Amino acid sequence: MHDFDPSTRRRFLGLAGGAALCGTIPIVTVRPAEATPAMLASAIRNLVGEAPVRTGKVKLDVPPLVENGNTVPMTVSVTSPMTADDHVRSIHVFNEKNPQPNIGNFYIGPAAGRAQVSTRIRLADSQKIVAIAQLSDGSFWSTSIDVVVTLAACTEEVL
Amino acid sequence: MPSALINVPPKAKRGDIIEIKALMSHIMETGYRRTAAGDIVPRDIITSFTCRYNGTEVFRADFFPAIAANPFISFFTVARESGKFDFEWIGDKGFSETASASIAVE
Repeated sequence: MHDFDPSTRRRFLGLAGGAALCGTIPIVTVRPAEATPAMLASAIRNLVGEAPVRTGKVKLDVPPLVENGNTVPMTVSVTSPMTADDHVRSIHVFNEKNPQPNIGNFYIGPAAGRAQVSTRIRLADSQKIVAIAQLSDGSFWSTSIDVVVTLAACTEEVL
Repeated sequence: MPSALINVPPKAKRGDIIEIKALMSHIMETGYRRTAAGDIVPRDIITSFTCRYNGTEVFRADFFPAIAANPFISFFTVARESGKFDFEWIGDKGFSETASASIAVE
């Protein structure tokens, strides 16, 4: 578990930027915001192992501009005939900047008829969301979407 | 007192793909929030949801703190036969709730 501190990255970037301006670190060390998907990458690695993840088949519906990160409607659907021989086994949704990289795992099967799941999620920051589907042949397919959040979840104090 | 809202079509034709919706009232406390005194509020979430159709599992989900409070879930299944859908939610602090709904398939 990681304690959530939204100011850490900003502080790091500020420090790195300041250091670069002083000339002690070359400017290339100032990485853009995409520099912290390490947890996301390792969570995906835990799921797929060494298997390749191809882009396609999966569709992720989340409003691109979210006013309230505490409850964000999300629908994931996968193009699949959903027969006994060719169906979606599971759908996994990940995020980049919440305290935890996982959002949810959904296990379906040929009895589902349609590979589509909807729920409501929390987003702590503007970030990338990734959905990965595992098909019955063992292959992995993914899609990702960038979401802008104006009011973040999880950060307010209780009482 | 926890309570569930279930939406299953009461009737369907055999082979129809039907949508099932389920909502359970639950705080889904993330475990990342702090009180004004600085203490972490302990995690209290639903971790697992299962739907069985006449005893056979047709849908299962693992929830994480990133699922919003009062978790809502909607999914699909093929109406095979008349019978019962059983829903089960399991979570932290011994949380365990069930609900069921019946369907008539022609």
